[in-house]
Amino acid sequence: MIEMKNVTKKYPNGVVATNGISVNIKQGEFVYVVGPSGAGKSTFIKLMYREEKATSGQIIVNGIDLATLKNKKVPFLRRQLGVVFQDFKLLPRLNVYENVAFALEVIEEKPDEIRRRVMEVLELVGLKHKARMFPNELSGGEQQRVSIARSIVNVPKVVIADEPTGNLDPETSWEIMNLFEEINARGTTIVMATHNREIVNTIRRRVIAIEGGLIVRDEHGGEYGYEI
Amino acid sequence: MSVMNTEVNTAMKFSTVKRHFRESIKSLGRNSWMTIASVSAVTVTLILVGVFALIMMNLNKVATDLENDVEIKVLIDETADEAAEKALIEKVKKLPGVSEMTYSTKEDELTKLVKDFGDDFKLFEQSNPLRNVIYVKAADPQQTAKVAKTIDKYEYTYDVMYGEGKVEKLFNFLNISRNVGIVLILGLLFTAIFLISNTIRITIIARRDEIEIMKLVGATNSFVRIPFLLEGMWLGILGSIIPIAVVTTLYHNIYKIIAPRLQGELVQLLDFSPLVYQVSGLLLLIGVLIGIWGSFMSVRKFLKI
Repeated sequence: MIEMKNVTKKYPNGVVATNGISVNIKQGEFVYVVGPSGAGKSTFIKLMYREEKATSGQIIVNGIDLATLKNKKVPFLRRQLGVVFQDFKLLPRLNVYENVAFALEVIEEKPDEIRRRVMEVLELVGLKHKARMFPNELSGGEQQRVSIARSIVNVPKVVIADEPTGNLDPETSWEIMNLFEEINARGTTIVMATHNREIVNTIRRRVIAIEGGLIVRDEHGGEYGYEI
Repeated sequence: MSVMNTEVNTAMKFSTVKRHFRESIKSLGRNSWMTIASVSAVTVTLILVGVFALIMMNLNKVATDLENDVEIKVLIDETADEAAEKALIEKVKKLPGVSEMTYSTKEDELTKLVKDFGDDFKLFEQSNPLRNVIYVKAADPQQTAKVAKTIDKYEYTYDVMYGEGKVEKLFNFLNISRNVGIVLILGLLFTAIFLISNTIRITIIARRDEIEIMKLVGATNSFVRIPFLLEGMWLGILGSIIPIAVVTTLYHNIYKIIAPRLQGELVQLLDFSPLVYQVSGLLLLIGVLIGIWGSFMSVRKFLKI
């Protein structure tokens, strides 16, 4: 599903964010990416959806070799992935329905297909009754649900989440995690960078720990492993 | 593993086209002040371009009219008998570069003189001092001097005359004013493009988060770009409305005043139609092109995401 071989990312300012990372994530896995701030977690995540391009090494996502992927073709990679962020990245001018539909509009899906699929995912995240509300009328947890709905509306094989619970209170975080588990149960691979020790230690899944641009630990059913 | 589905749809869907148009128009309203600024810039530019175009095209017409009027007057020597005259006429006729030739006897010439300057000249009917004449036109007016010189070398020509010097000066003047006009127009167009790209840049900054999300969910570059290009196009079209109205009204009035006074004269104004339609079409085209070009320039810089 996601395969990295000896991936190094060196930024133009000389910072080496990942220094020869190799990892293999299989279809249907649920993976936490943990580590201190500045350890290279974000870069590791960004490399997967080609926000950043590796300096050297090989990355294959869903059969696509990202090293040889032309910039022009990147949109077609993104269509096979869903991405969720800490700050939700919703469009304030659009209501809940429109925010989710946006992801299908830009890939030129048929209008009636858009309607059907959007209502389906809003049902899944439990926001069907708030479809006409705007992001500023929603709580943080609800906004994150909208952003998750948007990430899965085009039925991706992988959802990549960069600290999705970072801005949420503990209780809401659990709700969001339940949602991710449900999505994972449907066969979608999930890669999640997180600082939430409690979640990692409770919902036991594969844990990849990154420090200083290297994978220092990779264990199934692992612990968060850092003191706060 | 799945193969990338790149041939999603090469032909853009109608709903997408509609969306692009909707977005581009919405954006005009959202940045209304910058829209007004760019449209004004395009308007001023195109008014000047339009007026210049009217003047230039008419000057060109005047130049062509004058050019076509240039002819060579060959005075035939009195010593030439009928056979010699005929031979000369034949020779001139066969000369390459000669398009038209008319022969006129000295009696015809006197009649013309009388008609132009009055009956006083009738006195000369007793003993006509004029000479038989051949009028020659060069196929290419610019070659008039060369043709005249060649004919001058023939036997039995008394004198060969053409408006030497004056024609050259006129063309020189026309060429200089044409070049000055082009430089001015280019400067103005450049300014308008600059203002439009600034407007689009502000639009893009205002919509940065939107573009970022579009790219994240897999929008292609052209999908992101097209609404901005359309917005530039609208700016150009809106900016060309007033100039078209100005050019049309202006020329309508000028033509009404000047054209009757030039009746029967050598120099004529270009007709209202099709000139005004051509110039209007040109203004619209320039407006659209600078609009699209201006937004293309700033979108290119901003969309390297």
